[in-house]
Amino acid sequence: MTWLTNTLVLSINSHRFKLVWLGAFIIFLFILPLFSGDYLLYMVMQMAILCLLSYSVNLLLGYTGLLSFGQAGFYACGAYACGKVLLAGASLLPGIVIGVAVAAIAAIILGFFCVRHTAIYFAMLTLAFGMMIFSLTQKWVNFTGGDDGLIGIPRAALNFFYIFNIKMDTIPAYYYFVIAATLIAIYILYRILNSPLGLIFQGIRDSETRVSFVGISVRKSRLICFTIAGMYAGLGGALLAPLEQTITPSASHWINSTDPIIATLLGGMYNFSGPIVGSVIYFLLKDIIVRFTMNWMLILGIIIIILVLTFRGGVMGAFRAYLLPWLKSRLRQGA
Amino acid sequence: MDNFIFQALNGLSSAMFLWLVAAGLTVAFGVCGILNIAHGSLYMMGAYFAFTSFQILGLNFWLSIVFALIGVGIIGFLMERFFLRRIYAQPIEFQLILTFAFILVFDNLTKMIWGTMLIIPTMPSLFQGTIPIVGRPFPIYNLFIIGAGIGVAVGLWLIMERTWWGKKLRAAASEREMANAIGINIPALFTAAFVFAALLAAIGGALSTPIRVCDSGVGGAVIIPAFVVTVIGGLGSLKGAFVGALIIGVISSLCTLYIPFIELFILYLIMAVVLIIRPQGLFGGER
Repeated sequence: MTWLTNTLVLSINSHRFKLVWLGAFIIFLFILPLFSGDYLLYMVMQMAILCLLSYSVNLLLGYTGLLSFGQAGFYACGAYACGKVLLAGASLLPGIVIGVAVAAIAAIILGFFCVRHTAIYFAMLTLAFGMMIFSLTQKWVNFTGGDDGLIGIPRAALNFFYIFNIKMDTIPAYYYFVIAATLIAIYILYRILNSPLGLIFQGIRDSETRVSFVGISVRKSRLICFTIAGMYAGLGGALLAPLEQTITPSASHWINSTDPIIATLLGGMYNFSGPIVGSVIYFLLKDIIVRFTMNWMLILGIIIIILVLTFRGGVMGAFRAYLLPWLKSRLRQGA
Repeated sequence: MDNFIFQALNGLSSAMFLWLVAAGLTVAFGVCGILNIAHGSLYMMGAYFAFTSFQILGLNFWLSIVFALIGVGIIGFLMERFFLRRIYAQPIEFQLILTFAFILVFDNLTKMIWGTMLIIPTMPSLFQGTIPIVGRPFPIYNLFIIGAGIGVAVGLWLIMERTWWGKKLRAAASEREMANAIGINIPALFTAAFVFAALLAAIGGALSTPIRVCDSGVGGAVIIPAFVVTVIGGLGSLKGAFVGALIIGVISSLCTLYIPFIELFILYLIMAVVLIIRPQGLFGGER
């Protein structure tokens, strides 16, 4: 018995333990369509898209220490570009790739200016650029459809040079595509953040001066970070366009940039899995609270206030700081 | 040319609303170092309080402004004393997120209290009517707004430059620790400064009720142009906020006349260009 509790205590933090959790989570995601209705799948897809956006925010905020109010702009870039390509009759993959590419190009161009600043000026500049994209999507009627947005975006089939051709018109089919794309994207980000580049990002967050003393260009690294973040937001948007089949300018409004910020904060911003946990909790909370009361925003506001004032590490931070030690001590006492 | 003058005057009166919001934003940022995203919500609360006392309680126009000032002052006090004070030491990102949360709270509270009804403007009889300017009817109330905005600007300048309290504010703004060391009660001063900023927002909100439709989304809508203004003038500079408000008010009003298509875009473009070329703004660096 002692042996069992000891291994439990040791394994709670271990890599293998995390892998088991992760494996179970992924299996759960893939068997979900077997026993759930379309509404739940739709919710999970929304969660996945919010999750991508949250990673985009967390990469900037949690890892590099920059708060962007303009991520919705890149999200809209991805959504509109993908919508346009699909409306032109292309298949799904080119739509997604072009959506991400357009967001990346926008992020490189705008990021060139944004990364010169930090803190408040960075936040303000991203806000300005995001709102510029918003006014473009609203007023450039010929291209974006104005306030009505793009309507009737087809959920095109996923085909690749006659090698395979998978129809995407049902919700479960598209669900698998979204989940696969999201998981791959998150895995790539995980690898990036655990590479030297990821360490540079965190170094910039902790001390910009020291990083530049080592001989690393802070500005260039920030631009890379900003571009990657833009691509993740763009991917979220590109996945959204065929899901909703309509895209309206409100996607790029700055208020939309705050959802992923809140989700990140909820989940925990100094933690890699924070955005996943945060997006899931955010959606569940919203779904539950909206059933009971009209005053969803009030409760959300209060939750954020409490989080900012007390648990800046979010759920995952609290888990690490309080629950994990408590669990360990309980297990030790048991032994 | 007549069009131009008339529209510029219109722009001037909308510039005054921008100025009133931006002034409070600037005081809160300059003294407490907090960029209050919920400042627009204080403006909105000012409008709701003034509307309630004018329309529902039937007080006169001036008393309803006082009512709004008291109400928003109390809200500002509670906000600073119990929430913002705990966050001054944290990175600016947390301040932005915290004050954003207040937008959600205030928007929802107004929805709960006043419902989702729009506040339909009702002009007090005192200001009804128009006077001809360049051969066209110009509302008297808009002239009053221009006067009130300039009055607030002069009053602020007098308070900041000519009173002991203003001196303390400036001292705290430029060198917080030093001011503390020579015996200024910084926490109390910060509370007072924040309440003062909230009062400026309340004046703006209260003055807006006769001509502007107000609903529970105004808080988030009014803050972005105010950001544009403060950024252009220079964060923390009152002079900058005033000039920035004039520039933005007049430009956007002229854009609506000549190129309505890209009015919004131009505003954000100006903001972005100023931030890129001169992030401290037109009047940054000097207070």
